[in-house]
Amino acid sequence: MTDQLTAGPAVSAGPAPASAPPSASTPSRAARDGRRARDGRKWLEIALFAGPALIVFITFVILPVVLAGVYSFYNWNGLGPLERFVGIDNYVRAFTDPLFLGAIGNNVTIVIASVLIQGPIAIAIALLLNRKLPGRSFIRALIFVPYVLAEVIAGLSWKLLLSPRGGVNALLEAIGLGELTQPWLANPDIALWVMFGILSWKYLGFAILLMLAGLQGVPEELHEAAAIDGANWWQIQTRITLPLLAPTIRIWIFLSMIGSLQLFDMVWVTTKGGPVGATNTMAVYLIQYGQGQYGYGSAIAVILFVISLVVALLYQRFAMRRDLAGAVTSGVR
Amino acid sequence: MNKRAATRWAAIAAISVTVGGLAACAPADDNAGEGEGVTIRWWHNATSDPLQGLWADVAAEFEAANPGVTVEVTGYQNEDLQRTLIPNALQSGDAPDIFQVWPGGEVRAQAEAGYLRDLTDDAADLIAEIGGAVKPWEVDGRQYALPFSFGITGIWYNADLFAQAGIDSPPETLDELVDAAAALKAEGITPFSVGAGDLWPAGHWWYQFALNACSVETLQTAIPERNFDDPCWIEAGENLQEFLETEPFNEGFLATPAQTGADSSAGLLANGNVAMEFMGPWNSGVIGSLTPDTTVPEFLSWFPFPSVPGGEGDPTVTMGGGDGFGVSADAPDIAVELLKYIHSAEVQQRFAATGAGIAAHPAAADSLEDENLQQIAAGLAGSSFVQLWLDSALGPEFGNPLNQAIVNIFGGVGTPEDVVTALKDTAAAL
Repeated sequence: MTDQLTAGPAVSAGPAPASAPPSASTPSRAARDGRRARDGRKWLEIALFAGPALIVFITFVILPVVLAGVYSFYNWNGLGPLERFVGIDNYVRAFTDPLFLGAIGNNVTIVIASVLIQGPIAIAIALLLNRKLPGRSFIRALIFVPYVLAEVIAGLSWKLLLSPRGGVNALLEAIGLGELTQPWLANPDIALWVMFGILSWKYLGFAILLMLAGLQGVPEELHEAAAIDGANWWQIQTRITLPLLAPTIRIWIFLSMIGSLQLFDMVWVTTKGGPVGATNTMAVYLIQYGQGQYGYGSAIAVILFVISLVVALLYQRFAMRRDLAGAVTSGVR
Repeated sequence: MNKRAATRWAAIAAISVTVGGLAACAPADDNAGEGEGVTIRWWHNATSDPLQGLWADVAAEFEAANPGVTVEVTGYQNEDLQRTLIPNALQSGDAPDIFQVWPGGEVRAQAEAGYLRDLTDDAADLIAEIGGAVKPWEVDGRQYALPFSFGITGIWYNADLFAQAGIDSPPETLDELVDAAAALKAEGITPFSVGAGDLWPAGHWWYQFALNACSVETLQTAIPERNFDDPCWIEAGENLQEFLETEPFNEGFLATPAQTGADSSAGLLANGNVAMEFMGPWNSGVIGSLTPDTTVPEFLSWFPFPSVPGGEGDPTVTMGGGDGFGVSADAPDIAVELLKYIHSAEVQQRFAATGAGIAAHPAAADSLEDENLQQIAAGLAGSSFVQLWLDSALGPEFGNPLNQAIVNIFGGVGTPEDVVTALKDTAAAL
C-alpha cells in the first residue's frame, strides 16, 4: 500500500513532460517497469487467492439468481428449450392469486408475532437466567435443546403430538380438559397460531442464547453503581441493561425477520401449508406451484428474494446503522 | 486501472474454470454401441420388496442373457422421482436410459420436448399384446412408454367393521353408501379417511364425481382441449359438497397425510380406526406396511365406487391409471430390449404373482393371487372406459391448482365454481 502511494506521483510525473531530458526519463521507465512487475505479481496473487471463491460464488449464487430472473419472464415447464416469453404475466398471476397473497400475509404475521411475542419472552427469560439461580446452567441447556434438534425431527414430533389422536389431545383428556381437544393442525382458524407456537418453541432457545451472550457484555460495575445510587432491580434493567442490550436485540430481530420471511422446513414437515392454505408461506407456495411450472416458480422466487432483500436493506439502513458498518450503512452518521 | 486489472484477472480465471467445469460436465458418450461395455441406467419407483427385489432380479437376468451389458437399477420415492429427479436429469442431458413415465399429460410433456424414444415400431408386437392399457401412454398416435401395471381406484374397506354395523353387501349406489356411512357412525365408527393434507387424495373424490356427472364424450373432448365450459364440471363439485354435508370423513382430515404413519388415511384404515378409504390399486401394499406386523390385514376388502344417480355419466366408466416405463431418446438400442423384457408376458406374470399390482399384460391375469387385486381386475374388465386420474390426464401444471381448489371445498372455503375457475385459469396460463 505504501509502495503504491509513493510510486503514484512518479507515474504522473514520468510521461507528462515531453521535453524532459533523456537522462531523466530512463530511471522513470525503470521505476515504471518495476512497479508494473510488482503490480502484476500482486494482482496475480489476489486472483489466485480470491479467484476460486469468487468463481464458486458467481457460479452458485449470482448466476442462479440471474437465471431465476430470466426464467421468471417465460412460461416454461422445465422440459425443452426456453422459448415462450410471457413478459410480466407470471408476476401478475402471483399477485392476483389469493393463495399467494395469503401466504405473504402469513409470512408478515409470523414476522410481526416473532418480534412482538418471542422477543420480550426471550429477553425476560435471559434476564432471569442471568441472575444467580440454583440449577441455572441446567436450565440454560434445557432451553437450548429444541434449537439443537433437527427441524424435520422436531416437525414430525409435533405433527404426531398434535394429530387428532395424538399426545396433546390425550393429555388434555387425561387432565379433564376434554372439551379443549382439537385437530390442532387441521383447524384453519388456529393452525397458523399453532404453527407459531411450534416455531417459538423451536427458536426461543436461540434468541435466549443471543440475549445471554449480549448480557455478558453489560459491565457489572454499572449495576453496582446504580444500586448504590438507589435504583431498584426494575430500574436497573430498564435504564441500564436493556439499552446496553439493544445492539443484540437489533441483530436478533434482523435474523428473526429474515428467518420468518424464508420460513419453509417446519411448515413443509408439519402441514405443507394446509389446512386450506392457513399456514402457507411464500417458500411453501413456491415449492407447490413451481413444480412443472418453472417460470412461475422462478417469479415467486424472485418476489421472495426482493421482499427479503428490501426488508434486510431497509432494516440495516435504519435500525442497525449504529451496530454495523455494512454495505448500505457506510457514510451514515 | 487497478480495479480493471483485478476484474480482468477474475474474469479470465472464472472463464477458464467454467469452461473446464463444463467440459467435465458434458455427458460421456456411453451410447456408442451395443454389446461390449454398455451400461443401462434404469430408474423406478419401488423402494420396498417385493417389487424392488423383482426389478433387481429382472436386471440381473438381463445382464446374464446379454454379456457385456451392465444394468444399474435404482428405486426412488415416487414423487421425488417424477417431480425432481427425472426432470432434472432430462434437462441436464444425462437422462437414465429407462425410467418411470406417468401417463396422460405427463408423458405428453416429455415426448413433445423430445426426451422419449418412439417405441411404436420397435415394440409393435408387444404393444399389440398388451392391448388397450397402452393408450394413456400414447401421444398423437405414437407410443412413448409401456405400462407394467394398470388398475382402477375404488373403495377399500374393513369387512369386520362393515359386519359390526350390519352392512351385508357393499353399497352399489351413492344413497346406499351414505346409508352405510350412517350405519357405521351409529356404531361409533368413522366411515371414511381421506388424506387431504396431501391434496390429491381429496382430488380423487372430485374426479370420481366428475366421472359420474360428465358424459364420456365430454371427458374425451374436454381434457385434450382443456375446455371446461360444460355444466357437468360444476355439478361434480355440487355432488361432492352434498356428500361432504354428511360429514363422512375422519377428524382433522384436512391435515391428514395419505400414506405416512398410523395417523395417515391408509394407516387409519389399516389399524381399524376407519371403515373405508377411496384409493388407487396400490393401497393394499401401503396398508400392509402400516400395520404392527406389516402384513395386509385379513379384513381388507374392495368394492368399486357406487353409481351416482342423475348425472350424464356412464356407470361403467371407471377411474384409474398405472405405472409405465419409457426409454430415453439418447439410450442405446439394447435398452429397448430390456424394456421389452420387463414388459414380457413372463416377467408380467411374476409381477402379478408378487401382489404388488395388477399387471397390464393380459397374459398375466391368471397369475393374480391377491383377492383384492382380483376384484379390481374384475372391475377393470367390466369397465366400458377407464378415465385416467384427472391430474395425470391434464398434465403437471394442473395438479396443484386443481387439487387445492378441491381441498378448499373439503375445508368449506371453496365452491364448485372455484374448481372450474382454477381449471380455466391454469389452462389459460399454459
